[in-house]
Amino acid sequence: MDGHYNFGFLDERTKKMIRRAMLKAVAVPGYQVPFGSREMPFAYGWGTGGVQVTASIIGRSDVLKVIDQGADDTTNAVNIRRFFARTTGVPTTEKTLEATIIQTRHRIPEAALTEAQTIVYQVPMPEPLFRLEPRRAETITMHALGDYGLMNVKLYEDIAQLGAIAKTYDYPVLVNERYLTSPSPIPKFDNPKMHMNPALQLFGAGREKRLYAIPPYTVVRSLDFEDHPFEVQRWEHACALCGADSSFLDEMIVDDEGSRLFVCSDSDFCSERRSAGHIGTQQAVTIPDTLVIGGGEEP
Amino acid sequence: MNNRILLSVRDAGKQFMQGSRMRWACQGVSFDLYPGEVLAVVGESGSGKSTLLRLLAARLACDVGSVHYDVRDEAGTAEATGASALVNLAQLSEARLRWLARTDWGFVEQHARDGLRMNVSGGANIGERMMALGARHYGKLRSEALNWMERVELDTGRIDDLPGTYSGGMQQRLQIARNLVTHPRLVFMDEPTTGLDVSVQARLLDLLRELVDQLHLAAVIVTHDLAVARLLAHRMLVMKDGCVVEQGLTDRVLDDPQHPYTQLLVSSVLTP
Repeated sequence: MDGHYNFGFLDERTKKMIRRAMLKAVAVPGYQVPFGSREMPFAYGWGTGGVQVTASIIGRSDVLKVIDQGADDTTNAVNIRRFFARTTGVPTTEKTLEATIIQTRHRIPEAALTEAQTIVYQVPMPEPLFRLEPRRAETITMHALGDYGLMNVKLYEDIAQLGAIAKTYDYPVLVNERYLTSPSPIPKFDNPKMHMNPALQLFGAGREKRLYAIPPYTVVRSLDFEDHPFEVQRWEHACALCGADSSFLDEMIVDDEGSRLFVCSDSDFCSERRSAGHIGTQQAVTIPDTLVIGGGEEP
Repeated sequence: MNNRILLSVRDAGKQFMQGSRMRWACQGVSFDLYPGEVLAVVGESGSGKSTLLRLLAARLACDVGSVHYDVRDEAGTAEATGASALVNLAQLSEARLRWLARTDWGFVEQHARDGLRMNVSGGANIGERMMALGARHYGKLRSEALNWMERVELDTGRIDDLPGTYSGGMQQRLQIARNLVTHPRLVFMDEPTTGLDVSVQARLLDLLRELVDQLHLAAVIVTHDLAVARLLAHRMLVMKDGCVVEQGLTDRVLDDPQHPYTQLLVSSVLTP
C-alpha cells in the first residue's frame, strides 16, 4: 500500500458522503440518487463512478475482483485492480467465489453470487429514458409519476421497424415494480441474473453524478410485450475452450476466411471449468458469409 | 343533450409579465360546456384564445377564477356524487392531470410537429397513449393503430413511416387519431386547420365533424377562421384583448353580431 494516499484514495468525508447517498439508493431500489462525484485519476468513461463506489465501501478485510467485459485481464480491469491494490492494500483475486466486492463493467459473472458479496457496476448513462426524452426535468417527473409508456413506445418502434426488440445491452428493467432503471451496458443475457440476486448491487455513474442500487432479493423485470416476451441471447456453439453451452460467448474472428472462435466472456468461469476437467472442441468454426460478395449464388 | 355539465369555467384569467408590468392575457372568462357540444373561440391574433385554451387544458394555472371538470374515476364511470361532480382542476395532482390529459382529453396542436413524436413511426404515435396506460400487447396495439388510421382516412400502408414523411394534412390526421385513440370526451383544438391548403382543410373539417358526431365528443376549438366556426361549432365565444366580448349560438353570433368588434370581424370575411 502506498502511504501517500488515504485508504481507498478518497478522503473520509467524501467516502461518507457517497455512503450516505448509497444508503438512500438502497432504501429506494432503482432510484437515481445525485451525489458529489469527484475527479478521479481516470478519464470519464473508465469507471470513475464504480471506482468511487468501491473506494467508499471497501474495508481492510475485503477481497476485490475487477472485471471488464467478463475478463480479469483487460486493460480497464487490470488498472483498476492495481489502483486499489496500491491505495488500499487489500488482496485482489480473479476468482468470483473468493471476492467480497466485484467491480464490473459490461458483465455479471456466470457463477452465482452470494449474500456475502457486493457487485459494483460502472455506469456511463444512468438515465434509461435519456435517448427518448432529452429534458432532465421531464424525466425526473416521469420517474416520480411512474410514467414509463415512452419506453414501450421505443420497444414498439423496434418491433415495427426491425421485427424484434433490438436492444441487446443496457436493456431497460423495472426494479421492484417501480423505478425504470438502466442496468448499465451489460448484455441482456445478464438481465435475469439481476432478478432476486442475493448480492447487493450498486451502480455508480461518475460523469453523470448519480448512484443507484438494487438491494438483495429484489424483483427486477425486463420490459417487454405480452406477445413479444423478453428473451436472452443463445448461441449455436459451445465455448471452444471449456465446452460450456450456457454461458455468454465472445465471438472472435481468427482469420480472413470467416473462421470464428467462440469462447466464454467470463474468463474466471472458463478457467474454473477447464481446471475441473471440462474441455471444448479447441477449434474455431467456419460460418459461411452472410454477406454475399460480388453477386454470389442464388439460395 | 345530456344536461350534466362537462366543463365549467368561472371568471378565469391569466396574466403575464410584459416588460416590467403585468398584462392580462385573458380575463373574466365564464362558460359551461356540455357533453357533445362544440364551442369555438374566435378572435384576432393576440386576443388570448390560445392562453384560454391552455387554461382549460390545465397546461397553465389560472391566476384568478377556476376551471372545473367532470372527472370520471379510473374505471371510466362517472363519479356518482350527483350534480356536484365537477372538480376544480387546480386541486388535482399532477399525476391525475396527466392521466386526465391522456384518457379523457385530447389536445390537437396547431403545428402537428408539436403534438406528434416525430422520431417514431405513425403507428407508435397512435399507440403511445395506450402504452402509457399500460397496454402491453404488440398485436393489439398495432391493430388498434391500423383501425384508427382507417378512421381518419390515412393510408394504412404507411403505419411504419415516420410522421416527418407525411404531408401536412396527414400529420394533422395522425395527430387527431393519436388523441382520439383513448376515446376522450373532450378535445381541445388550437387552430387545427391553419396552415393547410383549402381542399385539405375542407376534408379535415369534414372528418372532424363526422368524428365529433360519431364519438359524441365535446370540443373547444380555437380558430380565427369564422368558416371553421360556422361549420363545426354549436356555440361560439368572441374574444378581444383578453376579454369575451360576445357569446352565443354560432348562427346567431355570425348572422346577427351585436358587439361592434364582432360586427367588424364578420364583415371583414372575404367572400369569393
